[in-house]
Amino acid sequence: MATTELPPERHAMGVSMKRKEDPRLIQGRGRFLDDIVLPNMLYLALVHSPYPHARIVKIDKTAALASPGVKAVLTGEDLVAAGLGWIPTFHGYDKQMVLAVGKALFQYQEVAGVVATSREAAFDAVELVEVEYEPLEPVVDPFDAMSDTTLVREDRENKTNHIYHWEVGKREETDAALAGAEVHIKERVYFQRCHPAPLETCGSISDMNPATGRLTLYLTSQAPHAHRTVVSLVTGIPEDKIHVISPDIGGGFGNKVPVYPGYVVGTVASVVLGVPVKWVETRTENLTTTGFARDYHMDVEIGATREGQVTALKVKTVADHGAFDAAADPTKYPAGLFGICTGSYDFPIAFTELDAYFTNKAPGGVAYRCSFRVTEASYAIERGMDLLARELAMDPAELRLKNFVKKEQFPYPSPLGFVYDSGDYHMTLQKALDKIGYPELRRLQAEKRARGELMGIGISTFTEVVGAGPSKHFDIMGIKMFDSAEIRIHPTGSGIVRTGTRHQGQGHETTWAQIVAEELGLDPQNILVEEGDTDTAPYGLGTYASRSTPVAGAAIALASRRIREKAKKIAAHLMEAAEDDVEWVDYKFQLKGVPGKVVTMKEIAFAAYTNPVPGSEPGLEATFYYDPPNLTFPYGAYIAVVEIDRDTGETHVKRFLAIDDCGTVINPMIVEGQIHGGLTEGYAIAFMQEIAYDSGGNHLNTNFTDYLVPTALETPKWETDSTCTPSPHHPIGAKGVGESPNVGSPAAFVNAVMDALSPLGVKNIDMPLTREKVWRAIRESKA
Amino acid sequence: MKISVTVNGEAYERDVEPRTLLAYFLRDTLGLTGTHVGCDSSSCGCCVVMLDGEKAVKSCTMFAVMADGHEIATVEGLRQDGKLHPLQQAFWDNHGLQCGYCTPGMMMTSVVLLKNNPAPSEAEIREAISGNLCRCTGYQNIVKSVQQAAAELSAEPAAEPVAS
Repeated sequence: MATTELPPERHAMGVSMKRKEDPRLIQGRGRFLDDIVLPNMLYLALVHSPYPHARIVKIDKTAALASPGVKAVLTGEDLVAAGLGWIPTFHGYDKQMVLAVGKALFQYQEVAGVVATSREAAFDAVELVEVEYEPLEPVVDPFDAMSDTTLVREDRENKTNHIYHWEVGKREETDAALAGAEVHIKERVYFQRCHPAPLETCGSISDMNPATGRLTLYLTSQAPHAHRTVVSLVTGIPEDKIHVISPDIGGGFGNKVPVYPGYVVGTVASVVLGVPVKWVETRTENLTTTGFARDYHMDVEIGATREGQVTALKVKTVADHGAFDAAADPTKYPAGLFGICTGSYDFPIAFTELDAYFTNKAPGGVAYRCSFRVTEASYAIERGMDLLARELAMDPAELRLKNFVKKEQFPYPSPLGFVYDSGDYHMTLQKALDKIGYPELRRLQAEKRARGELMGIGISTFTEVVGAGPSKHFDIMGIKMFDSAEIRIHPTGSGIVRTGTRHQGQGHETTWAQIVAEELGLDPQNILVEEGDTDTAPYGLGTYASRSTPVAGAAIALASRRIREKAKKIAAHLMEAAEDDVEWVDYKFQLKGVPGKVVTMKEIAFAAYTNPVPGSEPGLEATFYYDPPNLTFPYGAYIAVVEIDRDTGETHVKRFLAIDDCGTVINPMIVEGQIHGGLTEGYAIAFMQEIAYDSGGNHLNTNFTDYLVPTALETPKWETDSTCTPSPHHPIGAKGVGESPNVGSPAAFVNAVMDALSPLGVKNIDMPLTREKVWRAIRESKA
Repeated sequence: MKISVTVNGEAYERDVEPRTLLAYFLRDTLGLTGTHVGCDSSSCGCCVVMLDGEKAVKSCTMFAVMADGHEIATVEGLRQDGKLHPLQQAFWDNHGLQCGYCTPGMMMTSVVLLKNNPAPSEAEIREAISGNLCRCTGYQNIVKSVQQAAAELSAEPAAEPVAS
């Protein structure tokens, strides 16, 4: 058998193969949503409420309808008449107005839609829609919302702003353990409302073809199949008549998971008018109406012995959900995976509870580069451990090493109900301490302190929980959170992989090909990866919550192995040997004990179509729907070193070291890139980004001059390294990585700043740690 | 209004509304969708193009009529003679992009930087691209990419990168 030897670096996982998606993106040949133009396409622009809370007295469309190029003006009442006034929110607990009906519930809420022949004509006419409002008192603070003096949601049966209570763990035992603890800390930390703000905003093109009755929906969607099903359930259009296409996506970070009013209004307009309708958000619409994240007020309590052994953890949270309960969480997890708040530490007992409230603010609660509230939980525990270290006058690294779950304890059942798959937390933190020269840094810090300089060292040793998830526990609106892969190998040994996920920069077109190459010994350059088209891709729940590699990545490996099983039969047929006498060695099938006698996958592929095994099916393809047996638990040890200017309050990040353990790595270059990006978003959250409202409910961060995204100037230089503890239950041992750096880094930054300010007695400042806040804290301190 | 503009070496005459922004003229009128729009407030730099072979401009902050009689270079014009521009190659080699939305603007800003300063320091690169936001990469690999392209371009001084 002739073989074509491919160099091994073209096969294997673990290689920094350059990305296959890049050639089109570096040449301006990507196809993003707004690049798509269809014949006779109309444009939708939305009218927004200037008030955070106001009755809508009257909407006059006359002038707008008379404006040049205007084809339709739609209001909430029109949508109610069409049966689409309200849509279910992500997990189905609540419903959300598409366009305001009766009253507007937050500033910038969508009130009407104008459809016109051009983007400009639509925006011109938006100015001509006359809406008469009667302003009402807004509820801005969730703690004020508790009194129910003003109701945000008069439409609901329960006349209260309280949405739900959620708890997990043992309340009484935890309270008793805390009361009896030798050492006890309690602090309120606030994880501020922020926004993922991908550079490409959200958008849609709805194309209802009246001749076929088929709706083609181009969406900036991280979850195209889920969106197809939701559209079908909400509109009653049969699912086979809906075709969702998610083109190249200019960043998502959780922002492109929910269904937004613009998509719905555009679709109604297309159905009514029989032509395609495009809607593309402005940056202001993106920041003010779609998918905020976080907004958790967390009371963290830890009990410990005098020697620093933790004995109990309690976290009590007040969550601000805005005007609708649109948080993006799996159905059974209204507060997401917040139960990961015991982190990397072996707490004998723990309890956490959360109460969510409506306010007159935009809805959301998306998992912003985060697996369902894991970032909030990690922030709470990592800040808490530092506060405990301070209370004990103990080094924060030493406290962590003393309390880590030990490697021999895995699989580790946590007191709040997870079973951690694998980890070696001591090894990873020790590597970080060694690499950054921790004792030397502490010595330097002591010297600087003696001179009155403010230098701080902050540690965060987080554990994430990702890869949602096992169907027993995880669903979204009833749909189980499996994912899928379909692989077809063509006669000449190239192939195509399709999955239910949709990348937004994560590099699936490369890494998926590498998994197939590893499993089948084919050239990854000739394995095409296609995602985002619901007509061709198998059903899956999409890309968010670091679930692509843990779930779809597993499906790809297992579909490949199905192909390999069939290939083995073909190999035996070609070698005229019994199947048992054939083995997979070094990316080829070999006759047992005869090293020179091999058949390559390329030869097998050709035979599958030209010389199939008599009596068996021709062809070489497989599909696998993967229901993960457990979640995966990537973790890391991060160390930040900062210096603070006493006079200006400015923080300079001098060093930042991230040691990540995401299990098996498919492409180290891509993993490093994910970590760089996530750390930068973590830096942004720690120091710059906040969606704030004034006491009157006015949104204060409506564009990039007020919502601060770091530039190359502020962004620190990142030092990265890794340890590798494979996941024992994942087919290739991978755990997922895209979100770890954003989950783990905010606490490292804040811990570093608080460490720097500790001589002044400053214990906590809530993010973002702006110059002004730090300067005020220094000024108000006793020093 | 009628305007005459040269884009990537090709001359165009088109009628435009006076209020049409250059970014939308390039995208909607000429179909050059490599130039992106990301913020509406001149903050993000996704729309940067090169004006008259010497200036990086945010095309969302310039009216199409202001480009009358001028030469514009966009990302689509970077590849010459079937060969990627050294910046394109460097972004690919160094994982200088993830979602790719900021990439065209980032590269056009860098083209102008390297014209004016063929051997920029890291600080100069960071300063030059500080009007271009990226949400994915953390800039580190973008800086590396620009450094590689700078080395490449100064090794081959004959290669004139962009038709102007």
